[in-house]
This record gives sequence, C-alpha cells and structure tokens, in this order.
Amino acid sequence: MSRLRYLARKIVWLAVTLYGVVTFNFVLFHLLPGNPVRLLARSGHLTPQAVADITRVYGLNHPPLEQYLIYLRGLLHGQLGISYTYRTPVSQMLGQYLGNTILLLAGATILTIAGGVLLGVVAASRRGGGYDSATVTASVIGWSLPTFWTGLILAFMLGVWLHAFPIFGSQTPNAAYTSELQRIADIGSHLFLPTLTLVIVNIAQFVLVARASVIEVLADDFMLTATAKGLLPRRILWRHAVRNAMLPIVTSSALLIGLVVSGAIEVETVFSWPGMGLLVYNAVLNRDYPVIEAAFLVFAIVVLLVNFASDLLYQALDPRVREA
Amino acid sequence: MVRPSISSGLAGGLRGLLRGGTPGSVPGGPGGLPGPDPVPALAVPVDGGEGELLRVWRCVSSDRLGQAGLVLFVLVVLMTVAGPLAFGFNAAVVSSSPAGLLRPPSLQHWLGTDELGRDVFREFLSGAHVSLIVGLAATAISMVLGAGIGTVAGFYGRWADTVLMRITDFFLVLPQLPLVIALAAFFGQNLGIIILVIGMTGWPATARIVRSQTLSLRERQFVTRVRSLGASNLRILRVHILPNVMPLIFANTVLVIGGAILAEATLSFLGLGDPVQISWGTMLHFAFESGAIGRGAWWYFIPPGVGIVVVVLAFTLTGHSLDQALNPRLRGSR
Repeated sequence: MSRLRYLARKIVWLAVTLYGVVTFNFVLFHLLPGNPVRLLARSGHLTPQAVADITRVYGLNHPPLEQYLIYLRGLLHGQLGISYTYRTPVSQMLGQYLGNTILLLAGATILTIAGGVLLGVVAASRRGGGYDSATVTASVIGWSLPTFWTGLILAFMLGVWLHAFPIFGSQTPNAAYTSELQRIADIGSHLFLPTLTLVIVNIAQFVLVARASVIEVLADDFMLTATAKGLLPRRILWRHAVRNAMLPIVTSSALLIGLVVSGAIEVETVFSWPGMGLLVYNAVLNRDYPVIEAAFLVFAIVVLLVNFASDLLYQALDPRVREA
Repeated sequence: MVRPSISSGLAGGLRGLLRGGTPGSVPGGPGGLPGPDPVPALAVPVDGGEGELLRVWRCVSSDRLGQAGLVLFVLVVLMTVAGPLAFGFNAAVVSSSPAGLLRPPSLQHWLGTDELGRDVFREFLSGAHVSLIVGLAATAISMVLGAGIGTVAGFYGRWADTVLMRITDFFLVLPQLPLVIALAAFFGQNLGIIILVIGMTGWPATARIVRSQTLSLRERQFVTRVRSLGASNLRILRVHILPNVMPLIFANTVLVIGGAILAEATLSFLGLGDPVQISWGTMLHFAFESGAIGRGAWWYFIPPGVGIVVVVLAFTLTGHSLDQALNPRLRGSR
C-alpha cells in the first residue's frame, strides 16, 4: 500500500515536472522578447510581407494562450519545429544524433561508475594512507578540471603529439572497410579519447562518494561483529561494507546524468563526435533556435526520467524508503 | 539522503565528501517531502566575535587542503590585481604581418602570440579579470536568490515552504549547462547577460541548505523568547535568523564561485561568451577554432586552462575548509 503510494507520488511529481519543463520551454522560447522572428526581422532585410508570412508560419499571430495549446498539440505529435540551417524537421534530425550520443555516454558512464567505486572502496579500506590521500587529491583536481579543456589536452597529447588516437569524428573519412569488424574497430578508436575525457572528469564524484560511504559503514558495530566472527578482511570489505554503502552510490549514479549531459556537449564539441552535443554547438554557432530549444527539451526530459528511475531503484534497494 | 548539487553549481557537490562521515549534506533531496530536517544547531548564536573568527582561522589553516586553498587563493589575488597593472592588454592591437601569428614563446612574448598576433601572456592576465568578475557577480546573484528563498521557505513554513521547495526541486533537476546555453543563445552575448544566466541557475542547492538551517533555528528557544517579547517576524528574521545563517551562506558562496567560473568558461568556450571581453573561456574558444591544437600551439591553450583549474581549486579547497569550520552538520566530524 505504502509502496503504491510512494510510486503514485513519484509519478505525479514526474508528470508535474515534465509539464513544467514543457511550459518553461514555451515561455522561454515563444513568449519572451527576442523570439526568432523578431531577430530575423531586426536585420532589416525583410519586407513587411515576409515578416507577416513568417509570423503566420510560426503561428505567432494567435493570442498567447492559443499559441500555447498549438505548441502542446505539436509536441504531442512529435513536432519540434524546423531547423533554420538544415531546413528539415528537428524531430527527424534528433534520432541519429541521439544514437551516437547514447553510444558515447553509455560506455563512459559504465566505466566511470565501475572505476570510481573500485578506487573509492580501496581508498576507504586504506583510509589515511598514502594511496588514500593520493586518490583524494587526484579527485579534487579532477573535479576542478573543465571537461572541454581536458579534452583539448588529451587531443593534443595523444592525438596530435603521439598520433595514437584519432581526434575527429566517429569514423575515418572515406575509409574502405574490408569487414564489419574493421568498421567497429575504427569507431572504437574514435570513441577512445572522448570516453577517456568523460571518465577523467566525472570519476571524482564516484571515488569520493564511494569512499565516504564505505568509511561510514566501516565504523558501524556490525563490522566489528564480522571481524570478530573471523571473516576475511577482503570478504568483510566487499560483501558487508560495500553492499551497505551501495545506496549513496546509486543515488549519485543518477545524479551523474546531469554531469554527463553537460560533459557530452563539451566533449562532442572538442572531438567533433556527431551527437547531440555537437548538434547543440553547431546550432549555437548558427543561432538555430528550434534545434537549441529541442535539444534542451530532450536533455531535460532524459534527466527527469533518469531521476525518476533512480527514485524507484532507491525504493527497491532501501527498505526504509520502501516502508516509509 | 545523498543529493550533492550537481545540476546546480559543480563545486557545491563536493561538500562533505572529503571527510569520512555522511556523504553529501544537502538535506531532503528533490524527491523527498520538505519535512523538517534534524540539524544540529549552531553552537554559538548571533555574534561569535573574535573567538569565533580565530576558531575558523585555526580550523582552516590546520587543514592540509585548506592550506593549499589559501596559498592558491593568494596567488590568484596577486595575479588578477597586480597582473594587468604591470602588463596591460589591448585586444584591438593585432599583428599586421603573418610572421607574428601563433609564434612560440620568446623573450618579447613570454607566452607566445595568438592567431591574431596578440601577446598571450597579457591576454591571459586580462582574461583572469573577466573570468573572476563573472564568477563573483553570478555567485552574488545565486546567493541572494538562494539565501532569500531558503530563509523565507524555512522561516514561514507551510504553503510558502511547499511552493518554494517544489520550485527549487524543479530547478535542481534541470540540467544546468543545456539550460544556460539555451538562455545565453537567446538573450545575447554580453557579460551582463552571462552573469545573470549563470546566477539565475546556480541557486537551488544553497536554498536547500539555508532552508534546513533556518528551520532548525526557528525552533530554538531564543527565537521563541524574543517572539514572546513581541518581536515581529521581520525583526526576528533580520536580527536573529540571518546573522546565524550567514556563516553557512558565506562558506557556500566560496564553494559556488568555483562552479560559476567553470560555467562561464564552458559557455565562452562554446562560443557564447562576450566577444569584446575576452575571458579564459573565450581564449580557449578562439584557440580551438583557430586550430591551435592541430598546429601544436600549446602556449595558446594550456595557460587559460591551467588558470581555470587553479582558480577553481583555490575556491573549492578554501570553501570546503570553511564549510568544515562553519557548517554545523560537518563540524567536528573530520
């Protein structure tokens, strides 16, 4: 019963925030001064007739409330406007770019979480030692690194200097592959540097969270009991301490999505990886407002959904939340 | 519940993680109901006076990370204040001959020249100014918003609390960078707008922290006493609540500055910076766009990045250390 209520509350909150994001988007891009038509008209090269036409095409001649309803209806039909630069519906463009971004982010996120937890747990088990302070110091520095600059440095060192990895795009241009395997290997080598960049800048969060929560669990009484029972230290650490420290780690995994989304924009820009981030960068340079708007909407919805999923996972993992 | 404030100000998320205790101290996550949080109240109410200052100083200067932060902090202040005085920079003076473009460091140009033949060392020093101004001003906006919303929600409670905290949760889950990009792309490229945009998106974590502290203060006995003496809500807020929340706001401010500077750098790198006021992010944008990476012009893209890292580290380490000393949740649990 309480479980259903928890679920219902989360779903209502998800619906409210989704609606909030959509409305926020509308107010921001359609109502506030500085809308695209005014920007176009400001150049002074448009005839009054053209201004009237554009206004009609974008439905700006309707009163705000009606515009809002039209906007909502369009969204429900998957209409996100037409790109200024590509002259195609934005919804059609997103699919391909989104796929590339997911390919990049999935690998990077898994590596970040696994590596971060591993480093953090080991640091916690050797608290106060040299390895521990080195890990904490490295994490704090990693935290302060701007993602895009880290990417630039890696591109320079491993790409330009050592010629070890490609630094541009997702495949070698005009490459003739003899087999599918070769193509995958090529994409993999293009994935290496963007992935490495994301892992380096995002891992600090995991190391610190995993370390702090394991240290906290290690201080609990049942750890003493486990030691007294004569269990192996390694077993105590991984079976008893880490399992109980999982909750904060799961929560910060969900929070990572915010960082990862930001990181994707920066990293894809630096390495010209053809994903959502590069799309946003080009849209910013070309002032392609429908694309910027749609990208913000997609990012926001993805983050909301991941947060929702983490709330559910949290409930499944933590009996206290389950029963509350 | 661990909810470091990632979507709103990067540095905020570090709070509390470096010590051994409970990770994360932003109470009541976006998902949770805004109920009262059991916060150990400040030990020294209202004026701590000189003793309190001394305690904070001792706390910060005995912490290794705090020491590192202070050293970097002094370095940054020296660089930004004295630097441009000694080495002026004029963005409009460009080289007319192609021989002067993207030159490696020499005696004449200590850090070489950029793609327009300008001195990178001087550009770097003047960029520090812009980066810091944006970071500080944006943080000021975030703090006023966050502290204001936090105290009102915590002090008045009931529907004000519910409404304000729901709004806070909403902004807490929105991804900051895409939001900032959308806003900056829409409202234009000048320093004022960039400051406003970063400031308007960086407040939710502060609001939550301040709210929980206000909640606990409101229930303390001295507040009940002055209330029974007939003090108005406004007076209680001004004289009794705000001075007690101030140290916490201060520590948080220093932490948020780092995040704001990173946000500015990222925005400028993506080409949304003020084209007239060259910041470190803008330098990196032009370095990237002019192909300095492929041409191996390391003197152009390494200094601005190192500058950003040093400044962010200085504020984050100092802020973390101050937080340890001032935040009742973290105090004494190193």
